[in-house]
Amino acid sequence: MSVTETVSLPAGTEGGHKAPRLARRRGPRRRHSLLLNVLMTVMLLYALLPLFWLVVNSTKTPSALFSTFGLWFGGKFALWSNIHQVFTYDNGIFARWFGNTLLYVVAGAGGATLLATLAGYGMAKFDFPGKRAVFAIVLGAVAVPGTALAVPTFLLFSNLHLTNTPWAVILPSLVSPLGFYLIWVYAAEAVPTEVLEAARIDGAGEFRTFFVISSRLLAPGMVTVLLFTVVATWNNYFLPLIMLSDPKWYPLTVGLNNWNMQAATAGGQAVYNLVITGSLLTVIPIMAAFLYLQRYWRSGLAAGSVKA
Amino acid sequence: MSLNPAVAAGAQVASRRRNGPARRRRARGRRNWAGWGFVGPFMVVFAFALIVPIGYAIYLSLYRQQLIGGNAFVGIDNYKTALSDPQFWASLRRVLLFLVVQVPIMTVLALLAALALDSARLGWTPLYRLSIFLPYAVPAVVASLMWGFIYGSQFGLVARLRSFFGGHFPDPLSSDWALSAIGNVVTWEFVGYNMLILYSALQAVPRELYEAAEIDGATQFGIIRWVKLPAIRVAIVVSLIFSVIGSVQLFNEPNILNQLAPDAITKSFTPNMYAYNLSFAGQEYNYSAAIAIVMGILTVIIAAAVQWYGRRRTA
Repeated sequence: MSVTETVSLPAGTEGGHKAPRLARRRGPRRRHSLLLNVLMTVMLLYALLPLFWLVVNSTKTPSALFSTFGLWFGGKFALWSNIHQVFTYDNGIFARWFGNTLLYVVAGAGGATLLATLAGYGMAKFDFPGKRAVFAIVLGAVAVPGTALAVPTFLLFSNLHLTNTPWAVILPSLVSPLGFYLIWVYAAEAVPTEVLEAARIDGAGEFRTFFVISSRLLAPGMVTVLLFTVVATWNNYFLPLIMLSDPKWYPLTVGLNNWNMQAATAGGQAVYNLVITGSLLTVIPIMAAFLYLQRYWRSGLAAGSVKA
Repeated sequence: MSLNPAVAAGAQVASRRRNGPARRRRARGRRNWAGWGFVGPFMVVFAFALIVPIGYAIYLSLYRQQLIGGNAFVGIDNYKTALSDPQFWASLRRVLLFLVVQVPIMTVLALLAALALDSARLGWTPLYRLSIFLPYAVPAVVASLMWGFIYGSQFGLVARLRSFFGGHFPDPLSSDWALSAIGNVVTWEFVGYNMLILYSALQAVPRELYEAAEIDGATQFGIIRWVKLPAIRVAIVVSLIFSVIGSVQLFNEPNILNQLAPDAITKSFTPNMYAYNLSFAGQEYNYSAAIAIVMGILTVIIAAAVQWYGRRRTA
């Protein structure tokens, strides 16, 4: 298992250390440590327990939520009726939020990955006037925390009549300084300068070279950045909370919290089951994507964290 | 850039193939504007989404909304107000306390987990790695809602525990324990992420170092202390900086738990919540911008201090 995993890592990220790792795995295996296994099992339970709670409680009717033990199934199995209620409540607004989230993820995360890849590649493989300034500006602006800028950004967008439109969420999501940095580090090693030189001599334009040759070499790095940006945009809460006041543009996160506020303020405990089942439905797609693609992410992180 | 053998060989072939004058000319004239074609689009959006708002925030922070006559220039008055505002100081103290307690706890847990994963003495390394990392994919909103319900007095687990212990178990949403309750949610969300950063760095350490240390008679703890930890110092600093920025910027979790415990977790619980509520509930945009700038500067200073400390220890 561990050996195949090592081999399946994308080339170029940890290339230099593959051999010693393989050698170690083939050597005499260490004994499993009971203490370490117990400690890690405790952490595993800590990580999974709230998710288990979520699954269990999304199968309960509103009354069973209050009357049965939280960590085990109880009362009537109401998962399907809960899901049905989630999608029909308030004229099916949840489906609309789901669609909004998808729009923000596809446009925001997709666009951010494309821009970061182009820019990181440009930094790694070209020498151009102002390159040092670009580096300094990006580094300096990243240090200023995003949430601190939320209010000025809101006021600015409000003057431009962009608030309460999808643009207000998508435009700021298009910037991924971390992605820019990861691709920069990645492209320096993954795209040999000699290949670019050869393409230039053959008369290919820089953009054609990029899309035909370099983008393929950069693919593992791009998947890493895509995962970061997908998780970030799917889970984004603060930005849409500030920018949007019309519920029909809400993403899932803001919508769910709105339901929760309704339940808390109006004393209408009837919608708690919607909050819980809606949370489950919000988590499932992102976790599926996450589990499917996480191995690329891991190796990309390695490149970034080791060289930072 | 480290040249691996394949690339080096390719380079030799390439240079042998084209040793003509054309190549030499190109090699000299590489510095041109072509790179801007790639960097340009990113920088345009970057300027619009980051640089302009920073400038606008600074501009706003220097003005004050007047009842008559619109905005008036007041210099650093808003900053003076912030520095003598007890609500701001209380919120700042709270996140600093959070920072000194939660960040070390989470980092140590992440480090222990990463060392355990790297030790090859676990039964199911991928299962542990994936499960502990999984909460990172859960939106902060859902994480806070889940934990909020678990903490809650109505159908929460903690309520059960409390009735079992006869009230000797603390109420996580009381004002004494609210900060710890938030710390638990944040730790739950990010311990796996930090574990992964550290684990990736550990995986990149050449194994020969451990073997050499073992031959020299080092114990496992000696290897951790003198080989592994120094080798991943950069990754530890990176993970610390992410955590520090996260805690100074604390917003999502307290803002959502605020609905469950409005008395314990107030609207000015953290500086970010305070700035947000000043703008959106109080319309005090100028003062709010000043607080945002103060927090931005503070974050930069703290992050730089962590980095400086990490560097100094390396030398």
